[in-house]
Amino acid sequence: MKVSGTFLLIIGAFFGVIGLIYWFTSYEDAGFLMLLGSSVLGIMPGAYYLWWSRRMRPLEGDIADATMSDGAGVVDAFPGSSIWPFLLGMGALFATMTFIFGLWMAPIAAALGLSAIIGGVAESRRGGTV
Amino acid sequence: MTTTIESPELIEPEEPGGPDANGPDAHDPAHDHGEHAEHGPSGLLKWLTSTDHKVIGKSYMITSLVTFFLSGTMAIVMRLQLANPTSSLVNFQTYNELFTMHGSLMLYLFAGPFAFGGLANYIVPLQVGAPDMAYPRLNALSYWLYLGGTSLMTLSFLVAGGAASFGWVAYAPLSNSINSPGTGTDMWLMSLALTGFSAIFTGVNLVATIFYLRAPGMTMFRIPIFSWNMLVTGILILIAFPVLFGAVVMLFCDRHFGTHIYSVQGGGVPVLWQHLFWFWGHPEVYILALPYFGIVTDVFPVFSRKPLFGYRGMVFATLSIAALSTGVWAHHMFTTGVVLLPFFSLLSYLIAVPTGIKFFNWIGTMWGGQLSFQTPMLFSVGFLFAFLMGGVTGVLLAAPPVDFMTHDTYFVVAHFHQVLIGTTVFAGFAGFYFWYPKMFGRMLNETLGKLHFWFLFVGFWITFVPQYLLGLKGMPRRIADYLSGNGWTGLNQLSTVGAIIIFASFLFFLVNLVHSWRKPVAAGDNPWDGHALEWFTSSPPPHHNFTHLPPIRSERPVWDYNHPEHRKDESHGDKRHREHDKEPVGASS
Repeated sequence: MKVSGTFLLIIGAFFGVIGLIYWFTSYEDAGFLMLLGSSVLGIMPGAYYLWWSRRMRPLEGDIADATMSDGAGVVDAFPGSSIWPFLLGMGALFATMTFIFGLWMAPIAAALGLSAIIGGVAESRRGGTV
Repeated sequence: MTTTIESPELIEPEEPGGPDANGPDAHDPAHDHGEHAEHGPSGLLKWLTSTDHKVIGKSYMITSLVTFFLSGTMAIVMRLQLANPTSSLVNFQTYNELFTMHGSLMLYLFAGPFAFGGLANYIVPLQVGAPDMAYPRLNALSYWLYLGGTSLMTLSFLVAGGAASFGWVAYAPLSNSINSPGTGTDMWLMSLALTGFSAIFTGVNLVATIFYLRAPGMTMFRIPIFSWNMLVTGILILIAFPVLFGAVVMLFCDRHFGTHIYSVQGGGVPVLWQHLFWFWGHPEVYILALPYFGIVTDVFPVFSRKPLFGYRGMVFATLSIAALSTGVWAHHMFTTGVVLLPFFSLLSYLIAVPTGIKFFNWIGTMWGGQLSFQTPMLFSVGFLFAFLMGGVTGVLLAAPPVDFMTHDTYFVVAHFHQVLIGTTVFAGFAGFYFWYPKMFGRMLNETLGKLHFWFLFVGFWITFVPQYLLGLKGMPRRIADYLSGNGWTGLNQLSTVGAIIIFASFLFFLVNLVHSWRKPVAAGDNPWDGHALEWFTSSPPPHHNFTHLPPIRSERPVWDYNHPEHRKDESHGDKRHREHDKEPVGASS
């Protein structure tokens, strides 16, 4: 966590510095805002990770001499199979095609998308955290 | 169906020297399918419902290779058109559609998805010792969005008005509704929206998996370089793709909802499209390149029988390249006259420094090693030559005066094809040949693999060196014909011959695939005596990857396990070092 946080903070700081140099040498809005956004994208999760890294025990993956017994137990719950991602993907495809071919595709997109969201949430609740 | 996964057990070698070269679990995959079979649906339903990163990775690879062959066929048609002046093989409109779709399929739908959706999806969880990607269902959704986007773009050839025809960069105002009316353009835009989200979800998965699902002892500085590069690629995706999505949505609004974001008439700014597009587009070059740098960085040590030279240098070079790549977008816009030339030129030059460090380390890794030129190594060495030429001409193009002279000529076409074929094709096939035994449990034929390489390598140079010369002679890109008096005919014909040789090289690849399925040769678990964790599990791996893991005490735990006499234990200098770890693994048991 500490290395990950530091790594993200360095990225954020780099974009911040580059963004400021860019602004004061070009006064061009679009590029400056995108560099600023990239900087925030690094600093926000980086600061979060670093804050937590000082308040929680290290992950086994962060301990240089950790053994498999240190990581014994449940890793997480992983779905073996699920139809909902496929239906959600097809819902998204029909949603984009609605913009191209007309509103008659919207009900298909909505039916696929909503059923996938409801089904996926129900599946998660039954199967634990994923 | 959700399964709770327990962490794998620790395994220690029974005697110094470890198990045989095929690892602890060698078996014949051609005759053994039951041991690792996944419980659950089978056949088509398995493909539709699987959330296993290995199934999704293979699906990505197959889909992206299909787009690669489609797009390669378009390239051959274009080269045949240009082989003679005033050729009429295809009409101008079709030619415009072909170069647009060739670039779009290659860049949006093959090069990136093959790496971060295909190889990375399959290999990263194995390399870091994880049972799957962090968010398996999101991973499956990524693939379905990608397949939807791919279908939408490919099928746009069939609608009235044909496919998009404004070039893969879709510059405003050429891409507006007046200059590019038609459904094909809208399908192109919506395809980018779908595949953009697909890439973002994959980026989230890669970052979360590498940050959170590493096996005990797999610290950040023990992650294999391929996975390191995929982590950095994931972050670059998260920076770049949302910008592309925003740009595409705004273009769609300009085309259909009466906004004027990119049109001067309504107070908009056409060059804004270029800023947004290239803010995605240049990091995208490295989103495409970094995974392939990672592949060869994993291949060189294995076929040199040496540790990687300068592991940390490689990590920091990757980080530097990624960071700098986000600040150089406007070097594609030098000729617009509205960008800050020194800023973008300087940053573009700076990228040569970490890239040079990588070259130095790759050569350093091979230096003094016991080199073995099997197919993955041949493709990796081929990558070095190809990318070096592409990189050097890239340094030339970073100079605004050179760029002014060669912009929109075949010099630039040759440059980026050498960069992209060097990475995505040479290094991509290095990775495919390297990990194919792991993915399918069977070997590819070496002779056919070498024929594939040599035809590709020779064809590559014959195709693209003449294009540099054509560019310097003033031949513009994206033209469907030229006059015989231009003096470009001979070089164009040479380039076409090279393209046909490249095309022929892939026939060896297809024959090789068929051969490996008809006459399978079992690969064993570790046919190359590989270093990273993917070589510790069976080939192909079981459903959640590992039943046991070796101790992870360096960046090449499987090598340490199989060759304890050469073991490098990094934890000796660690303050948290434990007494029982001081003995070499397996020595006391």
